[in-house]
Amino acid sequence: MKANFFTSTLLWAVVGLIAVALTPLFVKSNYWLGVLAFMAINTILAVGLNLLMGYAGQVSLGHAAFYGIGAYTTAILTTQYGVSPWLAMPAGILITCIIAYLVGVPCLRLHGHYLAMATLGFGWIVFIVLVHWDGLTLGTSGVEKIPKLAIGSLVFDNDVKRFFLTWVTAILLLLVSANIVRSRVGRALRALHSSENAAATMGVDVSRYKVMVFVLSAAYAALAGSLYAHVVNFISPSVFGFIVSVELVVMVVIGGMASVWGAAVGAATITMLVEWLRSLGEAVPVFKEFDVIAHGLILVLVMLFLPAGLTVGVRDLVLRWVKRRRPAPAPQEKPKEVARV
Amino acid sequence: MSTLLEAGNVSKIFGGLVAVSDASFTVRTGEITALIGPNGAGKTTMLNMISGVFPPTSGWIRLAGKPIHHLPPHVIAARGIARTFQQVELFTNMTVLENVMVGRHLRSRGNLFTAATRLGGTNRHERKTANDALTYLEMVGLADVAHEDSGDLPFGRQRLLEIARALATEPSLLLLDEAASGLSTREKKELVELIFRIRKSGVTIFLVDHDMDLVMDISDRVVVLDHGEKIAEGTPAEVQRNERVIAAYLGEEPVGESG
Ligand SMILES: Nc1ncnc2c1ncn2[C@@H]1O[C@H](COP(=O)(O)OP(=O)(O)OP(=O)(O)O)[C@@H](O)[C@H]1O
Ligand SMILES: [Mg+2]
Repeated sequence: MKANFFTSTLLWAVVGLIAVALTPLFVKSNYWLGVLAFMAINTILAVGLNLLMGYAGQVSLGHAAFYGIGAYTTAILTTQYGVSPWLAMPAGILITCIIAYLVGVPCLRLHGHYLAMATLGFGWIVFIVLVHWDGLTLGTSGVEKIPKLAIGSLVFDNDVKRFFLTWVTAILLLLVSANIVRSRVGRALRALHSSENAAATMGVDVSRYKVMVFVLSAAYAALAGSLYAHVVNFISPSVFGFIVSVELVVMVVIGGMASVWGAAVGAATITMLVEWLRSLGEAVPVFKEFDVIAHGLILVLVMLFLPAGLTVGVRDLVLRWVKRRRPAPAPQEKPKEVARV
Repeated sequence: MSTLLEAGNVSKIFGGLVAVSDASFTVRTGEITALIGPNGAGKTTMLNMISGVFPPTSGWIRLAGKPIHHLPPHVIAARGIARTFQQVELFTNMTVLENVMVGRHLRSRGNLFTAATRLGGTNRHERKTANDALTYLEMVGLADVAHEDSGDLPFGRQRLLEIARALATEPSLLLLDEAASGLSTREKKELVELIFRIRKSGVTIFLVDHDMDLVMDISDRVVVLDHGEKIAEGTPAEVQRNERVIAAYLGEEPVGESG
């Protein structure tokens, strides 16, 4: 807990924004800008889910449901009721939060596998509702012609603008998340992850914090969903199915579940992987049939061989390497560091 | 001496197993009270009920005259009871200092909004919390490892960290569950000094331990459980003379041997 941490988080955010500003100079292809925009949306999803899973230690196997509820609410409100996206998006987030609260209160009493099963079931129910309540959701044919976002005369109507929109939002949420984890709230979440009993006897209202972070991560997902709706302008239930929930979990897991930035790395990795598999399927038609299987297989392999996650795995390797090259710091320096806190 | 904690006819039944049976005793303000008994006597179960980890099956517990046995643990913590665990339960995913900062949870401010936006003097509050936490680490002699991962501490220091974390809640009653077990002779001596310092700072102590020498040495009063029942309560001298206590310990280990 360095006193200057805030400035450094902010610094990272500024570095990120500069990188985003420069990217279109190097990436000219609309296809890749589209992939990158999708990566930003996945980053928002993964960072939100990581608050729940990585920090508070609660599993959700149904997170695509919140993504879907956010997307569908804004899509339906804007296309069928003519509501402005700037009202419809917050409405989608709010409705998602309410649903997450109602789902979270009973579910979060469960632990481990039971919580996984309950959230999985919830995700499934939402998916089925999206498919079969076609009076509202238009079923498998999906919702088309979702309006583009616009700020005054600035319409987010091309890939460069959409790239900026999604990434600026993602970086803002990364900053917010980094702030949350480095706080009294973030410590309470990590504490209950480690020991619910110990956290509770320190005065942490464990069930309240669990529901809070569940709703918060659902809000991230809803925001990601409403962004998706207005960026892609078309949604259908398959975007929010079970496999997406699993992908999100894998993003968080390979991100290492230990840092906000790790989740972003996980999101980037899986986005690329999924994209690569898709193009492989297009290039080699035989492979297309096995798209989902290959996809699942890779996810399993990642889980098996990178259990601590990509970022933690690499970090540990680097640390070990550094330690071998440099002797341990002199012990008398330590008290000084303490006094600086 | 006034009474701080009072247990009345407390029982705890797990399935068919009676872990604590109709136990009544008191802990007086400002004193060191020990809870002893053979393995499985129900000591940890008693501490769990006092700290609200689970409620008693029947009976009542009062803190400063007010009933607490129906309250959840975080509310009991706010009422002024803190504890350590027989099986150390540190937040191993955090640094030593952060562990104690969690102990400051009830004594610090900040919510999701202020955390996310850094408004409302969040950074100032954070620094204050860290500084406050550091004073508790200094008190137990762990300031030098404040920024190390708590899981990396040697066992004896983990026990000290649990005490620092509990003290950080500024309790009126501190429950210690076998804080001395697994410690070296030197570490035990330091622990005893720490316990005396804690009492001197105005905190009442209720401790469970197997080390009879230590218990008889430092306690003002001793409560003895056997098979869930309270069989004796009094000064160390009284308890040591008590026939039921001697009989209970004959079955297990002689009084005075370290656990
Ligand atoms: N959560 C629980 N569920 C079921 N049984 C329990 C639970 N906690 C304790 N018990 C049982 O209650 C009895 C008392 O256990 P407890 O841990 O309170 O004993 P103790 O006096 O602390 O023993 P020790 O000296 O070994 O720590 C034991 O038989 C134990 O198996
Ligand atoms: Mg015990």
